[in-house]
Amino acid sequence: MSQPDWDKNTVAQVIESLKDKPGAMLPILHGIQDALGYIPKGSVPLIANALNVSRAEVHGVITFYHYFRDTPPGKHTIHVCRAESCQSMNGSDLEAHAKAKLGIDYHETTADGAFSLEPVYCLGNCGCSPAISVDGEVHGRVSPERFDEILDEVRAQA
Amino acid sequence: MSIKVFIPRDSSALSLGAEKTAKAIAAEAAKRGFDIELVRNGSRGLFYLEPLVEVETAKGRVAYGPVQPKDVSGLFDADFLNGGSHPLNLGLTEEIEYLKKQERLTNARVGITDPVNLEDYLAHDGYKGLANALKLTPAEIVKQVTDSGLRGRGGAAFPTGIKWNTVLNAQGEQKYIVCNADEGDSGTFSDRMIMEDDPFVLVEGMTIAGLAVGATQGYIYLRVEYPHAHKNLNTAIAAAEQAGYLGANICGSGKAFNLEVRLGAGAYVCGEETSLLESLEGKRGLVRYKPPLPAIKGLFGKPTVINNVISLASVPIILDKGGEYYKNFGMGRSRGTLPIQLAGNIKRPGLIEKAFGITLRELLYDYGGGSATGRPIKAVQVGGPLGSFVPESQFDTPLDYEAFAANWAVLGHGGVVVFDDTVNMATMARYAMEFCAIESCGKCTPCRIGSTRGVEVMDKIINNQDRAKNIALLRDLSDVMLNSSLCALGGMTPYPVLSALNHFPGDFGVE
Ligand SMILES: NC(=O)c1ccc[n+]([C@@H]2O[C@H](COP(=O)([O-])OP(=O)(O)OC[C@H]3O[C@@H](n4cnc5c(N)ncnc54)[C@H](O)[C@@H]3O)[C@@H](O)[C@H]2O)c1
Ligand SMILES: Cc1cc2nc3c(=O)[nH]c(=O)nc-3n(C[C@H](O)[C@H](O)[C@H](O)COP(=O)(O)O)c2cc1C
Ligand code: SF4
Ligand code: FES
Repeated sequence: MSQPDWDKNTVAQVIESLKDKPGAMLPILHGIQDALGYIPKGSVPLIANALNVSRAEVHGVITFYHYFRDTPPGKHTIHVCRAESCQSMNGSDLEAHAKAKLGIDYHETTADGAFSLEPVYCLGNCGCSPAISVDGEVHGRVSPERFDEILDEVRAQA
Repeated sequence: MSIKVFIPRDSSALSLGAEKTAKAIAAEAAKRGFDIELVRNGSRGLFYLEPLVEVETAKGRVAYGPVQPKDVSGLFDADFLNGGSHPLNLGLTEEIEYLKKQERLTNARVGITDPVNLEDYLAHDGYKGLANALKLTPAEIVKQVTDSGLRGRGGAAFPTGIKWNTVLNAQGEQKYIVCNADEGDSGTFSDRMIMEDDPFVLVEGMTIAGLAVGATQGYIYLRVEYPHAHKNLNTAIAAAEQAGYLGANICGSGKAFNLEVRLGAGAYVCGEETSLLESLEGKRGLVRYKPPLPAIKGLFGKPTVINNVISLASVPIILDKGGEYYKNFGMGRSRGTLPIQLAGNIKRPGLIEKAFGITLRELLYDYGGGSATGRPIKAVQVGGPLGSFVPESQFDTPLDYEAFAANWAVLGHGGVVVFDDTVNMATMARYAMEFCAIESCGKCTPCRIGSTRGVEVMDKIINNQDRAKNIALLRDLSDVMLNSSLCALGGMTPYPVLSALNHFPGDFGVE
């Protein structure tokens, strides 16, 4: 699959501003993903060059961490908590509902590009299980009905 | 004079609608011409009452909760700004049993102050510990921490004073303080609450650690799932720098300490200290062989104190009131208090900071009020995904590291996740293996291969294929993982698996 066009200038700026920090790799990867939503494959040689490491090493780091992605996400990313506390409050029903409602599985994006769905292992909201987060904002005691409302609210924000 | 109204900004309160409630109250006050000062405090940790709104009155803070936008106009009608009676009126906050019975040392300010307001922090005993530390020698600071009996709150319970002493005595031009804020354990949120709701106490604790061992640079390795904590920590750090509590010349002492937050990227294993250090150095989070201990060769090969958020956040009160004061709480070799996190299927979930020694039963029924669903509680998992499932017959066990170990259970970071009788323990055992397979760093075979095999074996057990044979296989596999994994991810996954099997054999189809 060919990679979409990506903003090379932004990537170069992020790298330039962070490369002199001790242990700069993760800050750079975060910086790129914050700016573009993902880490374009084409940015790997730029990072490798700036940090004086091999491309394989950069690639290895990106793939090690669940959070980093090398494809563009949907407009909104929904994380559904799969961990124990949420399971104890019917989290698996919520997971099934989320997948059915969006018509996608984990690590997929809806055809209209609106939502990406990701699993997460605890959001620190275990006192209000089951929990999801949408673009980093956490929601608690999410019933299937509440899930649908949240989707509507997010869509309405446009 | 304007009336102070407190509405939490803690992410659990926000997850239940605190932002909408705050907007509704502000709008209604404006509409009715009331002059209110809206303070966005942390959460008291009584999640069954969130969004919890408090109003400052002459008698103290009066609580109302849970308050949804639809309740707001009625609250104004009931004169809630003066503590008026209303079905949601809970009385004085400090008198709510759930809170009143607690012993909040580490969380003394959580829910009370505006988390990022330095003046508020100072007005509530903030930076008293640092003031004392600045009058002591490094060895004297370490002695206070050793005397307090504080043990690592990340889960392994290693004495913090001894760890600091190792770093103090290690040779090195550069030393580091690293805060482990990866809080990966399901069922835990006390690190998050400190960082969101009282970030200065962590900043102060790390500064004291720096003075104690001679480190001038600190890093907070924060999980990326906590964006509010990230923001509040950065705000607090900037304010502390501005006021001279961080930087080249702390409070005019001539001593330097700088602090930076670094984000993780969704890898549970990066909470393991050596994996975390690799990650901070910019690498994949592969676990290192120990020795050398991080205390000797840690970040960038330099002597490093690495401690959990709660360990470090407990240091200011120890330096303020003295090691002896802290030590007077607790039982046996578990000294001080533990912020317990009551979560899962429970009617009244929340943060409960208590001296060690409280029993599970008191937590589950006196505080928690039984399960949320009203069904019998079947099991609780204590200590995160690597902790054992504890059956009802052991609910009288006191929260104490040694008492839990004696039951082949784990107190860990103090997370308690409750399950009612609809849970199937074979499903939970399968999940434990699955989680280990997903999160394994892959460095050693027992964990990398063992966990994947574990999932397959559990599937066979669940599907009733050669059950007896596969249960024997599960035990063998667990034995190998337990005894020959490099770190506790592979090494402790057998705790949930075997505790589920041993306490609930029926769920595995064993008579
Ligand atoms: N909080 C969480 O989210 C979470 C997640 C998973 C696991 N855990 C906990 O992690 C624990 C395992 O952690 P671990 O593998 O780091 O345990 P460990 O026993 O190897 O080490 C505990 C700490 O003591 C230090 N230490 C040990 N001996 C020392 C010495 N002689 N001098 C100075 N320092 C010394 C270690 O460097 C480490 O910091 C488990 O018990 C589990 O409860 C916590
Ligand atoms: C797989 C794994 C994950 C861990 N995750 C965390 C964590 O998220 N937070 C934490 O403080 N300790 C975690 N630990 C324990 C750390 O390795 C280490 O013991 C701790 O940070 C030391 O700090 P303390 O002495 O203050 O507890 C983890 C250990 C393992 C094996
Ligand atoms: S036990 Fe698992 S996580 Fe730990 S070092 Fe081995 S493979 Fe890595
Ligand atoms: S287990 Fe789902 S938020 Fe913690």
